[in-house]
Amino acid sequence: MTNVPATAPRKTSLWAKHKIFETNSIILILGVLIVISIGGLVEIAPLFYLQSTIEKVKGVRPYSPLELAGRAIYVREGCYNCHSQMIRPLRDEVERYGPYSLAAESMYDKPFQWGSKRTGPDLARVGGKYSDEWQLRHLIDPRAVVPQSIMPAYPWLATTDLKYNDIAIDMKVNRLSGVPYTDEMILNAEADLRAQINPEDPGAADVERRYPKAIIRSFAGDPKRVTEADALIAYLQVLGTMVDFKLYDNKANLR
Amino acid sequence: MAATLPAPQLKITDLGAGIAFGALALLTLIIAGKTEYPGYAFHALVFAIASGWACFKVFDNATSRGPVAIAQEIDGKPNYNMGPVKFATIAAMFWGIAGFTVGLVIALQLAFPVFNFELPWISFGRLRPLHTSAVIFAFGGNVLIGTSFYVVQKTCRARLAGDISPWFVVLGYNLFIVIAGTGYLLGITQGKEYAEPEWYADLWLTVVWVAYLLVFLATVWKRKEPHIYVANWFYLGFIVTIAVLHLGNNATIPVSIFSPKSYIVWSGVQDAMFQWWYGHNAVGFFLTAGFLAIMYYFIPKRAERPVYSYRLSIIHFWALIFLYIWAGPHHLHYTALPDWAQTLGMTFSIMLWMPSWGGMINGLLTLSGAWDKLRTDPVLRMMVVSVAFYGMSTFEGPLMSIKAVNSLSHYTDWTIGHVHSGALGWVGYISFGAIYCLVPWLWNKKSLYSDRLVNWHFWISTLGIVLYITAMWVSGILQGLMWRAYTPLGFLEYSFIETVAAMKPFYVIRALGGGLFLAGALIMAYNLWMTVRGAPEAREAGLGDALPATR
Amino acid sequence: MANMYAYLAGIAQSVGLVYFVGIFTCVCVYALWPSNRARFDRAASMPLNED
Repeated sequence: MTNVPATAPRKTSLWAKHKIFETNSIILILGVLIVISIGGLVEIAPLFYLQSTIEKVKGVRPYSPLELAGRAIYVREGCYNCHSQMIRPLRDEVERYGPYSLAAESMYDKPFQWGSKRTGPDLARVGGKYSDEWQLRHLIDPRAVVPQSIMPAYPWLATTDLKYNDIAIDMKVNRLSGVPYTDEMILNAEADLRAQINPEDPGAADVERRYPKAIIRSFAGDPKRVTEADALIAYLQVLGTMVDFKLYDNKANLR
Repeated sequence: MAATLPAPQLKITDLGAGIAFGALALLTLIIAGKTEYPGYAFHALVFAIASGWACFKVFDNATSRGPVAIAQEIDGKPNYNMGPVKFATIAAMFWGIAGFTVGLVIALQLAFPVFNFELPWISFGRLRPLHTSAVIFAFGGNVLIGTSFYVVQKTCRARLAGDISPWFVVLGYNLFIVIAGTGYLLGITQGKEYAEPEWYADLWLTVVWVAYLLVFLATVWKRKEPHIYVANWFYLGFIVTIAVLHLGNNATIPVSIFSPKSYIVWSGVQDAMFQWWYGHNAVGFFLTAGFLAIMYYFIPKRAERPVYSYRLSIIHFWALIFLYIWAGPHHLHYTALPDWAQTLGMTFSIMLWMPSWGGMINGLLTLSGAWDKLRTDPVLRMMVVSVAFYGMSTFEGPLMSIKAVNSLSHYTDWTIGHVHSGALGWVGYISFGAIYCLVPWLWNKKSLYSDRLVNWHFWISTLGIVLYITAMWVSGILQGLMWRAYTPLGFLEYSFIETVAAMKPFYVIRALGGGLFLAGALIMAYNLWMTVRGAPEAREAGLGDALPATR
Repeated sequence: MANMYAYLAGIAQSVGLVYFVGIFTCVCVYALWPSNRARFDRAASMPLNED
């Protein structure tokens, strides 16, 4: 305490120099930046080269144009606010929803839709669980099929034409950041999108070839008219179906 | 300088700003004309009108101002610039009520789905982001910008740097809010929680945020005090970190300049990690560090005694920002994120408990020797209870980050309850307290219109919070247990829809709690309105400061 | 995968620990340094003596 008066005048004269004030706040900012970047880097950077997070699993493919458009509807309506797409390796979840989710299954998801809340059930493996008719009726009026449901109704999806003239650019942008769409896929994007709801379409076989195991049928009932419901149901029906878990080696992917 | 023209002069900065706004108006007008997306065209038009108006305003101001610059000091006292602070305060109150109302609506939608009205714009999936953004970014953001501009001027004894720039920050930020909010209703979203605004809104926010940082820094550089007061450390930490988080989590490629849509460059696991690194630190640096700055200024000011331990506040600052940044992965327990990252996130989340409580103790003990003020000053009481809520939710948070607890709590309403004990109790109350302090100071009033109404606000909303969080605890733990319940024969006991049906009473109670909280805020708005309308303080108005409204 | 965990755990327990303790010590020393007391006392009273 006694040395305070002695040092105080010297300090004030030093502090009076404007330059030091400035460097001080810059030092503060630099300190903050250094401190916060270390945590982020250690946790995020390894994810770009770790085997378990970049491993490819047989069957996982980029979304077909129709599925990609359906995914955009899913995002637009904010389905992720109530539905997760991430089955945890816990007994009850595996029994309720199916095999736990693998990192590879969402490797082409931009953005990821793992969600954080299950007001409704998990949808990571909803594909193939319900018929198209069920899905359509459920979207139009959830309480018609599940009386206690609290999900909002989405009747406009079945009556709104899907807007897809940008779909090829959508795929190009996805390719820019790592989704392996080929030139052929991008060139035929719009035709493939229309063909996927119409098995009679001459291009239907090509869709199947380009996107293995893609479901080709009219999802919302009219093969001549692509509605938003077609796209969304096509997306829902592919969720979690790409990896064949009868062939998948569980031991190789312990985490 | 001697040969200044009699005519007003256009400064080079004004010219630059005017041209930039003009160019933006032109560009957005072209986009509005060419895009095929009606929602995007609407946004482009809003931008065009706003930037056109800003362009006009800049030139109009510059030509009508005359050659004399605005005085930095009047009679040896800083000529504080309180206009932007007033605007942000009013905006905060407005957005707060809007955000609480939307929250009530979505709470009702979950209890009674008929409230979705089968309309796309107001279905739950679109309103929920509107609620979260409105309360966090619109209400919270305006409180932070407003108080930071107030505190930095007062504790640096210097006028806010720049003439146009503080207004640009405040107005630009609120434009971002309008664009983001209307975008959700129109279905324009990135689909990342708490970062839903699309690429063009993100870009705009980046510009505004850089301006915010520069205004704040430049004011700090002008200061007449040797030391930078600790509240300003927290504000700076908040501003800088939010900038980094925003850039990292919104690294998107637009489909085209004529489309509102974009795709994030990260995907799957990496995107998840970026998202929750962002998401958790939005909590840590926006909802915690920023509001701790409010605590470190407004509680000492209101209690009329210095903070309990300034040294503790320094340790608090560094420990908090150091630990928080690691905690994100606890949002991804048991997911496809690698185990080591989950464990790391959990460890740091638990450690975070210590600095959090250090800060809480520092805030609470500031009142030591003045506890009697809690009886007489309802505003101070609100802020102290806020700090207590901070302590509660920063204890609950580390608890929930433990993997075993998280396996039960994750995906359930427990998380929602936890968030709201922090959001309503901590962020809400410290903001209300700060606004109750600020309004009489800013508008030169001796005191608030009515302390009784503050009391009513306090008790009604406290009851609301208690109803809200207890309902969510019960429903969350109940649903978590129902999901994992097995019959003696080894089958899952409940179907999913049975667990949904069981939530109904708690959803009704939650809506009631939310309604009470909103009612409290409406009382507050009335009280503030009457305060502003009331008779001015006896002393001369002008310098913008008044004595603290203690009584 | 298991190696990665062991590797990171190793880092956390050696370099990481030193780094954390080091930074924390620096902050504490700065905060508790006796000659800083007057400055902090003055700073703490800043909100109370305004114009």
